[in-house]
Amino acid sequence: MSALLEVKNLSVDIPLAAGMLHPVQKVNFHVDKGETLCIVGESGCGKSLTSLALMNLLPKKAIRAGDGILFDGDDLLKASHREMASLRGNRMGMIFQEPMTSLNPSFTIGNQMEEIMLQHRKVSRQEARDRAVYLLEKVGITGAHRRLGQYPHQLSGGLRQRVMIAMTLMCGPDLIIADEPTTALDVTIQAQILLLLAELQREFDMALILITHDLGIVARVADRVAVMYAGQVVEQGTVEQVFEQPLHPYTRGLLTCIPIPGKTKRGTHLGSIPGMVPSMIGGIQGCHFRDRCPHAFSDCLSNSVELRSIDEQRAYRCLLSPEESARQAAAMEAAQ
Amino acid sequence: MTTPLLQSNDVSRQFTVGAGVFSKKQSLMAVNGVSLDVAKGDVLALVGESGCGKSTLALMLLGLLPASSGTILLNGQPVSSIPRLELARRVQPIFQDPYSSLNPRKTIGDIISLPLRVHNIGAPEERQGMLESIMDLVGLPKRYVTNYPNQLSGGQRQRVAIARALIMKPELVICDEPTSALDVSVQSQILNLLMDLREELGLTYVLISHNLAVVEHIATRVAVMYLGRIVEERETDALFSKAEHPYTHALLASVLTPEPRLGIPDSHLGIEFPNPIDPPSGCTFHPRCPHATDACGVRAPKAIQREDGAFVECHIYDDDEAVTFKSEAA
Repeated sequence: MSALLEVKNLSVDIPLAAGMLHPVQKVNFHVDKGETLCIVGESGCGKSLTSLALMNLLPKKAIRAGDGILFDGDDLLKASHREMASLRGNRMGMIFQEPMTSLNPSFTIGNQMEEIMLQHRKVSRQEARDRAVYLLEKVGITGAHRRLGQYPHQLSGGLRQRVMIAMTLMCGPDLIIADEPTTALDVTIQAQILLLLAELQREFDMALILITHDLGIVARVADRVAVMYAGQVVEQGTVEQVFEQPLHPYTRGLLTCIPIPGKTKRGTHLGSIPGMVPSMIGGIQGCHFRDRCPHAFSDCLSNSVELRSIDEQRAYRCLLSPEESARQAAAMEAAQ
Repeated sequence: MTTPLLQSNDVSRQFTVGAGVFSKKQSLMAVNGVSLDVAKGDVLALVGESGCGKSTLALMLLGLLPASSGTILLNGQPVSSIPRLELARRVQPIFQDPYSSLNPRKTIGDIISLPLRVHNIGAPEERQGMLESIMDLVGLPKRYVTNYPNQLSGGQRQRVAIARALIMKPELVICDEPTSALDVSVQSQILNLLMDLREELGLTYVLISHNLAVVEHIATRVAVMYLGRIVEERETDALFSKAEHPYTHALLASVLTPEPRLGIPDSHLGIEFPNPIDPPSGCTFHPRCPHATDACGVRAPKAIQREDGAFVECHIYDDDEAVTFKSEAA
């Protein structure tokens, strides 16, 4: 089976006064048709810039490089602005974190939804309107006809995010990139939106790249996971593999930081990852995580650490073997 | 029985909104008859969706906003009668966003020691010692004294905010979403610090949070707010094991723990959060409640007492009401 989207050695560089910033460094991943890939990491790990790079929506100064972003066989790195524009909103949709800032406040919902379809398809305004009503109902908005005439500020945050989702579905995209789609919402609404996305994804057979910092969301939504740290993918695998047998010390560390009701003992110290994310200006020698890693040894500084594939799904970026890594983690847990 | 450290009796706060040239004045009950006790050493968590009034309640507890009706007592003394400065010494806040709650033009040392200068505590030399000891306590290296907030990471800034709140040795600390702006690895450090400080200094916290996993981990009691009212209040263990209110059930079901194979939960709440200016009649939760009956839209439920001072406001549990509850539907 060939992947819908295959990203090969994607890098983003941004020239700053202080030097060259390397926020995304040789990132590799793929998404199959109808699959959900979650890219997870903390602020500054490069996950959002990666998604913007896929869409060619990076800031002007940023330099995009790599061996290819293959979308259904076409290399997006070589696509012209015009070609990208005909893909965006058409075959690739994007959902952003804050629906208030990504919807235009001075046009009605209906106007903005219809525009997408009129742009990409030879349809009449009436046909576009019918599609908009159909999709608004699909995303669970009642009184869809009335909503079309409303402006974004007249809707609540949860409704706005539903409108955003309906909007990205207008042209029936093959791939949706959702960047923190529920971070601005309440927990109850968050679960509803994620459920809706998953249902629509099945129904319309779309691939989804979900970018988030929330491991709880990842565990519940993802088929496969890519964990990013300091501009690199440090671990990849199916969701069960990554959560149940994490191989990278960073993934393991992150998982100990989160309390789980009923499992973590109340009032006990949560795990933490000491130290800070390294500066990504200029090159970093060796492993990016070594300063914060409990298992770091001398080779971590001298060798450049490549992503090691274990099998087709699984890869991680650490010098320790999976067995050695698990042994050291168990020893640490016993010591506490 | 000892007096609780903090007591609120039927506290309400009303705001007037939409008083423009063309629009009529409308009143919004942000907090509507809240009664709470917080014993010394407790961690009371206030949970609820945005707009439920939890931050308004926090401002009233801090004395920054007067209550429209009802009284708030600190150690048995009405907050409204305590002088501003004294109240500030006894109750301190920690806010959500450490990027906007610190003055960017002051050094870390200035920010943390400002309360000492305001309250005129200690000679300048003593203040230096107090500053150093509090920085040590919250895990800030001394070399940061002369740095500015923009030179610190989010977690370090939150440590500065905590140090500033604690330098006056307050009795009560109101933490309004103290970790929601932070990354998970930093969040856990700040939570660990808050738990350690509580033990070391004998602090009492009111913790406002939307993250129920965090609440479960550090709170001793939990109050669930919905549209300005507390609909259920219990000890943390009891709330997580035998919650009664349908809204609490929905909140608990919405917690996404990092456990694969469980799928996305369905909270069974409708999509519309009611408009607080025009709240639903009767029980304000009834339009979204999966167990609502006709009676729920007519009369507001009253608080039903449970063991250990817990209570729940729901017709389902009112024996006097002829409302049946199908627990299997939950």
